[in-house]
Amino acid sequence: MKLTLAQLRCGQRGIIKDFSTEDVPLKLLEMGCLPGNEVEVLQTAPFMDPMYLNMNGSHLAIRKETALHIEIELID
Amino acid sequence: MSKQINVALIGNPNTGKTSVFNQLTGLNQKVGNYPGITVEKKEGICKLPRGLKAHIIDLPGTYSLNASSLDENVVIELLLNKNDKDYPDVAVVVSDVENLKRNLLLFTQVKDLGIPTILVVNMADRMERKGISLDIERLEEKLRTKIALVSARKNTGIDELKEFIINYKHLSTEPCVNASVIDPEYFEGLRSAYPNQSLYKLWLVITQDVNFGNLNRNELAKTSGFQTKPESDLKRLQQKETILRYQFINGVLKESMSVDARAAKDLRSRLDRVLTHKVWGYVIFFAILLLIFQAIYNWSSYPMDMIDEAFAQLSEWAKNTLPEGAFTNLIAEGVIPGLGGIVIFIPQIAFLFLFISILEESGYMSRVVFLMDRVMRRFGLSGKSVVPLVSGTACAIPAVMATRNIENWKERLITILVVPFTTCSARLPVYLIIIALVIPDRSFWGFNLQGLTLMLLYLIGFGTAIASAWILNKILKIRSKSYFVIEMPNYKLPMLKNVGINVVEKTKSFVFGAGKIILAISIVLWVLASYGPGEKFNNAEEIVSANYSEENPVSKADLDEEIASYKLRNSYIGIMGKGIEPVVAPLGYDWKIGIAIISSFAAREVFVGTLATIYSVGSDEEETIKNRMAAETNPILGGPLFTFASGISLLLFYAFAMQCMSTLAIVKRETNTWKWPLFQLVGMSAFAYLVALAAFQLLK
Ligand SMILES: Nc1nc2c(ncn2[C@@H]2O[C@H](COP(=O)(O)OP(=O)(O)OP(=O)(O)O)[C@@H](O)[C@H]2O)c(=O)[nH]1
Ligand SMILES: [Mg+2]
Repeated sequence: MKLTLAQLRCGQRGIIKDFSTEDVPLKLLEMGCLPGNEVEVLQTAPFMDPMYLNMNGSHLAIRKETALHIEIELID
Repeated sequence: MSKQINVALIGNPNTGKTSVFNQLTGLNQKVGNYPGITVEKKEGICKLPRGLKAHIIDLPGTYSLNASSLDENVVIELLLNKNDKDYPDVAVVVSDVENLKRNLLLFTQVKDLGIPTILVVNMADRMERKGISLDIERLEEKLRTKIALVSARKNTGIDELKEFIINYKHLSTEPCVNASVIDPEYFEGLRSAYPNQSLYKLWLVITQDVNFGNLNRNELAKTSGFQTKPESDLKRLQQKETILRYQFINGVLKESMSVDARAAKDLRSRLDRVLTHKVWGYVIFFAILLLIFQAIYNWSSYPMDMIDEAFAQLSEWAKNTLPEGAFTNLIAEGVIPGLGGIVIFIPQIAFLFLFISILEESGYMSRVVFLMDRVMRRFGLSGKSVVPLVSGTACAIPAVMATRNIENWKERLITILVVPFTTCSARLPVYLIIIALVIPDRSFWGFNLQGLTLMLLYLIGFGTAIASAWILNKILKIRSKSYFVIEMPNYKLPMLKNVGINVVEKTKSFVFGAGKIILAISIVLWVLASYGPGEKFNNAEEIVSANYSEENPVSKADLDEEIASYKLRNSYIGIMGKGIEPVVAPLGYDWKIGIAIISSFAAREVFVGTLATIYSVGSDEEETIKNRMAAETNPILGGPLFTFASGISLLLFYAFAMQCMSTLAIVKRETNTWKWPLFQLVGMSAFAYLVALAAFQLLK
């Protein structure tokens, strides 16, 4: 099983590897969600949804359903 | 005289475009620390040195030229349509120094369109604090442009920007990135099919569905044999293009920017740990709401009492000083009480705007969006619906406009449909006066009962909005792809000037907008109440006096009062009112309230003014609106007209009824059909009637 962004906990960081669907909105890419970039989970709302992220310097929140499509590699 | 230079301000959301616009033009457009404050094109004139002038256009923020929501379309439509009268001679891309990398993506796209482009690096005042240093010359060279380092807050760098605008003809229009490398074959085909169009522009037109005058995607496919690609392929190409642009930008910034991470004192993360916390975040949010309502209620009572008293005296004064006659009566009994009915609410409305404005300027609003998204989704709304719902407490019109940054059409439509349930400031006058009449001014566990009632009404408004959203979500069959991204801006100390301007402008437009309607309606009402048809009205004095004789005496004052009310009942308005009384009587109202309800279909605020006008016609004493209302009696049941039951019934009626023409007009504009505004008008008003009916019948 591949690790996705949705599985990260508060404070964990990872490197974006790939997207598991073509439906990852272009807007996310434009906001810095690109393969190779680092992402950190800053905070999650109850039920881990939505997630508040620092994506390559951009601070943004996305829903879990989107995070499920973003494959990452954990950094510790 | 030379022609004006057309300048378009473009940039990511929340980078300070409007702040720069205000500095350039001296105007006061609304600024706020929330992505998506500007949703429409705004224009202004900027005086440049050497007698030149520029026509400046402020645009909604956009992350790129690939539109995904309505406000972003505005930008792309403008940039791709050379025939637009606002088509820019020069584009000014405003960027935030803290997010330069992401901001440059849009810059490279705009520049690749072949428009002369200036880069503004805004928020320069924050560089030191964040440990950012920039090599501007290097950056200018790499990006082939002129760069102005600006702080719109501190008003620095603006003159330099003006110089660049004057000299826009010397800017290079060479592209930054050659987008055709993502699929050379495809782009070559495109070029040979349309040899006299800019290649990058063609690419943008092909990849999106916006209206560009006579150039749109389908036509492109028809007019020549050019074969475009299936959507998913295009999408992949767009992703490739984005990656390509970021590679270019990374290369540029590596040489010209450095960030000293240790210098960055991070207020954001410390605040966010509490404000977006799973538990504390919500506790704080509700505490803030509670504080706002208590404050609105308690702080503004003193100025309100003073205003009420002042208008009563003014009316009295006008009566005594102006020459006697119909005109004086119109002024003293129609216009002054009518206007008093609106001016009295300025303190409360100003407080409300003050709080909303502070929430927006501080950057807290995005945190609320984050906290509420999941809950709101249950009801078919988006976290972003919170902002329209909160700003709907000021007025539904800007709130409906504020839905424009919701990406998903269904979520947006539902938000638009339910926003009018939130308690807008126009309802406040009605609520306050009725609460003052029927709810005791006592304290309950340290909270003022009247304040609690008001808060309850706000909660009912929100609750109904949410509940109807849930129902609409079940009923409406609209498929639309949903995704959600929101930027979380840095916290900022709200700028006093921005907040101040906001409060003054909003309050002014409330007073003048409502003032005009109220003035007109109060004049009409006064005429209708002061004249009547036939014998009964004209001979009122004889008819009433005939009831009394030597054996059945009456004091002069009582007689006068009886004559006045007899006249009113037989005036034009009295006759109309009697006609509608059967409809409103079951709700516990008399015909005067019926008239007030009807006239407030133009705008809710009219209610108090209408009652004030009707009650003051023919009465001699100097009295405040509140006292007059308290003295009214119920014609059918006897006893005071405003009882707990009728008061609650009236409050609920105003909570639910759709009584605002301007909102209906704006909903028509935003949804492009009369279907939805009519749905709101009929649905909400019928619901309001039933609830008010039930309330009165149960409580009486
Ligand atoms: N510190 C600092 N803050 C600024 C500066 N310029 C603007 N701001 C703040 O940044 C926030 C956003 O400003 P706006 O002018 O509304 O930004 P905008 O780009 O028009 O935003 P949208 O219309 O939402 O796209 C506000 O809180 C401003 O007060 C600046 O030079 N320095
Ligand atoms: Mg703006």
